[in-house]
Amino acid sequence: MANAQPAETFSPIFGRLTFEWIPIHEPILVATFAGVALGGLAVLALMTYFKLWGPLWRDWIVSVDHKKIGIMYMVLGFVMMIRGFADALMMRAQQAMAAGGSEGWLPPHHYDQVFTAHGVIMIFFVAMPFVTGIMNYVMPMQIGARDVAFPFLNNFSFWMTVSGALLVNISLFIGEFARVGWLAFPPLSGSSYSTGPGMDYYLWALQIAGVGTTLSGINLIATVLKMRAPGMKLMDMPIFTWTALITNVLIVAAFPVLTATLALLTLDRYADFHFFTNDFGGNAMMYINLIWIWGHPEVYILIIPCFGVFSEIVSTFSRKPIFGYKTMVWATACIMVLSFVVWLHHFFTMGSGASVNTFFGITTMIIAVPTGVKIFNWLFTMYKGSVRLEVPMLWTIGFLVTFTIGGMTGVLLAVPPVDFQLHNTLFLIAHFHNVIIGGVVFAVYAAVSYWWPKAFGFQMSDKWGKRSFWFWFIGFYVAFMPLYALGLMGVTRRMNSYVDAGWQPYFIIAACGAVLILLGIACTFMNFYVSIRDRKKNLVGGDPWDARTLEWATQSPPAPYNFPFDLEVKGREAFWTMKQQGFKWPTENYKPIHMPKGTATGVVLSAIAMIFGFAMVWYIWWLAILSFAAMVGIGIAHTFNYKRDYYIPVDEVAATEAKGAAV
Amino acid sequence: MSADTHTHHDDHASHGHGTMGQLMIGFALAAILTIIPFYLVMAEVEMSRTALVGIIMGLGAVQIIVHLVFFLHLSTKSEEGSTFMSTMLAVIILVIVLAGSLWVMHNMNENMMPEHEMDQMIEEMQSLQSQQG
Repeated sequence: MANAQPAETFSPIFGRLTFEWIPIHEPILVATFAGVALGGLAVLALMTYFKLWGPLWRDWIVSVDHKKIGIMYMVLGFVMMIRGFADALMMRAQQAMAAGGSEGWLPPHHYDQVFTAHGVIMIFFVAMPFVTGIMNYVMPMQIGARDVAFPFLNNFSFWMTVSGALLVNISLFIGEFARVGWLAFPPLSGSSYSTGPGMDYYLWALQIAGVGTTLSGINLIATVLKMRAPGMKLMDMPIFTWTALITNVLIVAAFPVLTATLALLTLDRYADFHFFTNDFGGNAMMYINLIWIWGHPEVYILIIPCFGVFSEIVSTFSRKPIFGYKTMVWATACIMVLSFVVWLHHFFTMGSGASVNTFFGITTMIIAVPTGVKIFNWLFTMYKGSVRLEVPMLWTIGFLVTFTIGGMTGVLLAVPPVDFQLHNTLFLIAHFHNVIIGGVVFAVYAAVSYWWPKAFGFQMSDKWGKRSFWFWFIGFYVAFMPLYALGLMGVTRRMNSYVDAGWQPYFIIAACGAVLILLGIACTFMNFYVSIRDRKKNLVGGDPWDARTLEWATQSPPAPYNFPFDLEVKGREAFWTMKQQGFKWPTENYKPIHMPKGTATGVVLSAIAMIFGFAMVWYIWWLAILSFAAMVGIGIAHTFNYKRDYYIPVDEVAATEAKGAAV
Repeated sequence: MSADTHTHHDDHASHGHGTMGQLMIGFALAAILTIIPFYLVMAEVEMSRTALVGIIMGLGAVQIIVHLVFFLHLSTKSEEGSTFMSTMLAVIILVIVLAGSLWVMHNMNENMMPEHEMDQMIEEMQSLQSQQG
């Protein structure tokens, strides 16, 4: 079908949802649905066959254990990455074909949804779950805690993120997604120009997931400030914990701006308000201003924990304390504040005067200074260290090279007159993929290979890890360097087709790069498979990398309570000091350990939140009212649940510890 | 009822819930700060629109501080000063966001639609309207 939407109708029962909104006339979507349905059925069948439903529910879904939740965040990230990357491949294929009069294979109506979904998914449902997952898993153990400050809230936050992600995926098969670009600028995203449910899926998915993100931010700040082992001063915390703290401060400071901005747009669309319309005093530019006040801190929310990951890895694999600990902390703190004074560089071309553009251009360039400090700190940490080129270290070195290039193109873009040339071109696309892939994705892969043996008790395959790295690393350059060149030629982003056949070779090379990255992703999944298959051969103890921070003082995988005894910390690199002093856990005199209890409230509330979102998207008002009331009711009822904790008896602790010692 | 539960939890001295006197002062201040703007608007006091909006916004800002100090018991001492510190961070970011947005939007309006051009447009529209009759 071309691009006509079904007629807008309304019934009291189904709202504006009609059978015409099921895209059975779109072969691509039908094939996708068939694939997803078959895959889903196979999983369901296997789960039933191996009787895994009970364990999945008990040990994972209702679990409030920060480690389980961290791993589930990573699973969500990888699953959504497949979806987001499929979108990327579709776009690369489209642009490789649609030259010189050819229309390619995706009509604009579909193509616009694809690039919107790609951006939204990759930022909100891949990168965010990844960094939240890593912080969730690692940070509490690094500070010697047994769990986060609010374990139930943690579980609830995770499931709210899942609800948002599911809502985006539902839009694939029921209705459509937004066709507005990942930040949904009005007036295009307003009710006059974005008809149908697509834009509303966008709004409700992000609002629901945003609740999870904000709550998780509050939770992790409280954890760092309140749950540190006795003796651990702020300036003794591992760098990763510092970056986690600062990231979550940024989340708490920035995400309410997103929530408010999207709420205003929601009022525009649902209640006929005029915040961002062209008439009745509305101003669409205010939306762009507000969304970037959130948007710029957001990119630092993604990258700062990654800086923390690389700091831990560099230090461990160079067998040295991190160079310039204090400068690292202060650089991170500076980035936190500076990230709030640069937002206008995303819209230099919107019409501000020279004074405003100069101010924001200069602040943007200043951010490169603390970031540069960090790069040098990592280099000096490696300098004269005994560097081991294990897989996590490969990703780190790949990051140092790639991120520095991306940073330099960023400083180029920070010059307003240059930006007038490059704004909304593929140069910009190349730049931010350069820092997000080179920074965030590489960090996630590094973190997975680094903390995997901690999480599961066996090493990942070295061979597949290296293959994955090289495909990603080379694939990135092949995919995005042509985009820099195209951007300099003035090629704009989000093009469905173009006339100049001279651009086509660049797009074809970029598509080849995307295929290389596909191989990199395939190698990663192969790595998961091979590593799990050969796990018996690759068992490790608690500290396989000879690392320096407290999470390595636990068993691999860590017991539910993390540490059998309360720790007393003196100074930085607590675990390294303990090892120097010949630390061994005592093997007797265990005490019962106080732990939080799992609860299904989080997953139930989130499921209802998803139904609420779906009802709002389709104007099914009765269901929206009902589900909202149910959420409030269940939330209140949960406050009367006093059975929230239990003690792990001494025998069980002793048994767990004895088992761990044998490995 | 809520007062009841509060006394039970009042075991950490570092962040108490304030005395009755403090709460009453806070309440009185909040009430006064609410009544003034309402009076100004409802009694249609003679003053320029800008001044009126300025006073309402200003009193609103003071209201926020009153709430923070008297109801949320913000002080430099509670929680070893970290409450105060986080509030300050929030204030800094608020100031950046508000002042920055005003500056950015104002500057843009100036540049995108300079006043003399706007006057011209209005004149043109008026003349068009008068022609139509």
